Amino acid sequence: MKKELKLKVNGQPYELFVKPKTLLVEVLRDLVGLTGTKRGCSSSSCGACTVMLNGMSVKSCSVLALQANGAEVVTVEGLAKGNELSPLQRAFLDHGSYQCGFCTPGMLMSTTALLTENPKPTKLEIKEGIDGNICRCTGYNSIVRAVTAVVKGEYKEAK
Amino acid sequence: MSDYSVIGKRVHNIDGTEKVTGSAKYTFDVVLPNMLYGKVLRSPHPHAKILKIDTRRAKRLVGVKAVVTGKDTLGRKHGIWRRFPELCDEEILCRAKARYIGDAVAAVAAIDEDTAEEALDLIEVEYEPLPAVFDPMDAIKEGAPQIHEGVELNINVNRHIEWGDVDEAFEKCDYIREDKFKCSSQAHVCMETHDAVASFGYNGKLEVWTSTQSSYYIQRLYADMLDMNESDIRVINRHTGGGFGSKFELDSAQFCAAILSQKLCQPVKIVLTREEEFTATKRRTPMYYFLKLGAKKDGTMLAKEVRVITEGGAYTAMGATALYLTGFFSSFPYKYPNYRYDGYRAYTNTAPTSAMRGFGAPQSTFVGESQIDMMAEDLGIDPVEIRRKNGMTPDYEVPGQAFIQSCGLHQCLDKIDEHLKKRGKLPPNHGIGIASYGFMSGGIFNWFNTPYAFSAAVVRINIDGKVDVYTGACDIGQGSNTTLAMICAEELGVRLEDIRVFSGDTGICPPDLGAWGSRQTLMSGNAVKRAAAECKQQLLEFAGAKMGVNIVYDLDIKDRWVHLVDRPERGVSYFDIVKGAIRGKDGNAIMGRGYYTPHRKGMISPAYSFGVQAAEVAVDVETGRYKLLNVTTAHESGTVINPVGIEGQLEGAIMMAGGYGFCEDQPMDDGKILNPSIADYKLIRSLDMPETEILEIDTYEPEGPFGAKEAGEGLTNPTAGAIGNAIYKAVGVRINDLPITPEKVLKALKEKEKQ
Repeated sequence: MKKELKLKVNGQPYELFVKPKTLLVEVLRDLVGLTGTKRGCSSSSCGACTVMLNGMSVKSCSVLALQANGAEVVTVEGLAKGNELSPLQRAFLDHGSYQCGFCTPGMLMSTTALLTENPKPTKLEIKEGIDGNICRCTGYNSIVRAVTAVVKGEYKEAK
Repeated sequence: MSDYSVIGKRVHNIDGTEKVTGSAKYTFDVVLPNMLYGKVLRSPHPHAKILKIDTRRAKRLVGVKAVVTGKDTLGRKHGIWRRFPELCDEEILCRAKARYIGDAVAAVAAIDEDTAEEALDLIEVEYEPLPAVFDPMDAIKEGAPQIHEGVELNINVNRHIEWGDVDEAFEKCDYIREDKFKCSSQAHVCMETHDAVASFGYNGKLEVWTSTQSSYYIQRLYADMLDMNESDIRVINRHTGGGFGSKFELDSAQFCAAILSQKLCQPVKIVLTREEEFTATKRRTPMYYFLKLGAKKDGTMLAKEVRVITEGGAYTAMGATALYLTGFFSSFPYKYPNYRYDGYRAYTNTAPTSAMRGFGAPQSTFVGESQIDMMAEDLGIDPVEIRRKNGMTPDYEVPGQAFIQSCGLHQCLDKIDEHLKKRGKLPPNHGIGIASYGFMSGGIFNWFNTPYAFSAAVVRINIDGKVDVYTGACDIGQGSNTTLAMICAEELGVRLEDIRVFSGDTGICPPDLGAWGSRQTLMSGNAVKRAAAECKQQLLEFAGAKMGVNIVYDLDIKDRWVHLVDRPERGVSYFDIVKGAIRGKDGNAIMGRGYYTPHRKGMISPAYSFGVQAAEVAVDVETGRYKLLNVTTAHESGTVINPVGIEGQLEGAIMMAGGYGFCEDQPMDDGKILNPSIADYKLIRSLDMPETEILEIDTYEPEGPFGAKEAGEGLTNPTAGAIGNAIYKAVGVRINDLPITPEKVLKALKEKEKQ
């Protein structure tokens, strides 16, 4: 039996009907149509599906959609303001912090959540912040360098 | 060579903004109207006859549109070694027999994934389990279960490489060592699992979106398996979430999606689950290694004898190439005057083993670099010194095998020596180990039997001066599209933002063998460079006429300025020249074509890159646990086209190769992989990642575009060996089987204490 689900995604309200077993990642990708959020394992081990739920990073493959009822969700598509990329997005570009790009949306959401919670993380805290995200291409260090550059104020917030 | 205007600059990948905004479209994201979802049923038995498959109940489930088994196929076997029919041994959908846990036996298409999965449970397969064999050493014994009909002792392939007189040379040696090693398997763990959206139309043509390293291979293999014309099959590879050697054979997602779509004339999407990715795709080849190394007292190595038995798994796949390359790279990067290799690949009832980044060379480098350190210690020679004494040099011929032009190994050794000296005395239980390596820039092999050039490209200049590059190369995340765009921009004298790359789409791009063996920078790069040069020639012919220059002057284009080489201020805008040239050609866009196939470059590769890596570890002697602190790499890859890309390749290789040495493994129980999830398969995560340092050495490779060569896979070779040597330096124990886990270190420490 489907149930009503109301949530905001990247500021836009949605009213949907979903099965109790439907996952948040399925709602985002299949019903809302935002395919930036990826799925790499469906067992909350790889972090590719990371989004922000009420300001906290969660793995959207381990959240039932109905648990997000009334919540505000931010996905990778919500990071840029208009055509202006966020500081982390620009830093990722400059530091080559992505290769195949499949983990990148999750990485950006984990690091965005980290900086929301802790705007001045140490290098160790940055590493801890992405320890739940697997990247098979970059070896992580370029991601840590990009976040460090943002923390140092090298990238200004888009207006 | 600092006068390049594009090459060597730090740029954003040309698809970077798509990737950081989530707008990059992967096969995983492709949804077509009227699309169905497929799932694959797999054998739970490592070796079993398929007596009967009853699909009636599954077909009756509401929402199920089709169920296929091996009987719905043409019954052909495929293999990537197409020149050798006996090595084309994989049906994909098994008809009579399953040969490993995960072998596909049926597939379903339904309106959604849930329904398809439910239908799998309703398919009744009657198996007759057969005796199975899992270890290659058992598989080659008399009386072992036979996995493929007519294959004696389960020996799938054997390879022999030899030069000099090994037996005579051993007699002249002052010192000989014999050692045994075991190299483990490794999973590719691409973040995007294997997937395909196949759409067979009423017009009899097939279109497939898929995550692949070679659209051309997939197109050709489809043609073989479906008995179709190559040209009626269009394979489209847009963004691909990693490959690492796992994605250039026709896989079960691709084949089953196509068979199902063919039955229904509806698009079918199949995405393998992470568990299937671990258990039912290919993996790195495990190897038993037997080495004999002989040297003079002064450390000059006179002879090496190598015997290898590899665990092939159920099918040939690319394992035959891995078997050959591990044998060839066992001689790297040293000048052995006498060398003999015998390799055997045995079929086993395990998931097939195949190519993975480094392609046999991480195995040979681990064992070879471990043994050379042991030899150095026995002889009382410094590890750097013994490598200097024997290391390859420029213009060296590997007897009868290969010709090495550029080689910066000795400069790399010097840099690492400096690094070691700078680190000075280390704290207790810390150690730094080194390992040298070399790797090829694409293979000169044509077991695939392509009639086409290995690489080809078309470059088109439009009326606005913007440039389209069409290449069959596949960007799987390594950034080849950016590298090829940079090569094109440099050759043509325009800016990177003037270039747009269309790649990996067999419908519009000329064939290219794709992304494997570190071939695209050199081979696809040469093709693009030649295509761009052909365009440029046409522009310069027009410019020469228009500018009325004396024919003794040379013209060139740089940064969109067409000018006299000797008097750069005398020139015309590139954009004006393009407009005029197209008008002068009766409105035809400027087009250039380029090809590259290596000729007269030996049997292996047109070029080789080299490096030396130092890994520093700190061992906890109470627990055997150790931390990988720092990995410093001196390497050379010819002219650096895309420096950000090379840094990424290097650091990423350390994550993968460090994992191979440190923690990644696929333990099995009677052919069943015991850790088929990211939670249980241990990968290096951010907190385990060591500090990385790059010491770039300048070399120039005459065969490469602008002097460039390989930089992707070779970097995967040294790390496991460097870690092994570092552990030995730190605590005096040597681990001969991968991965070097804390348990093994602790056990060895305890045994050492007893002595």
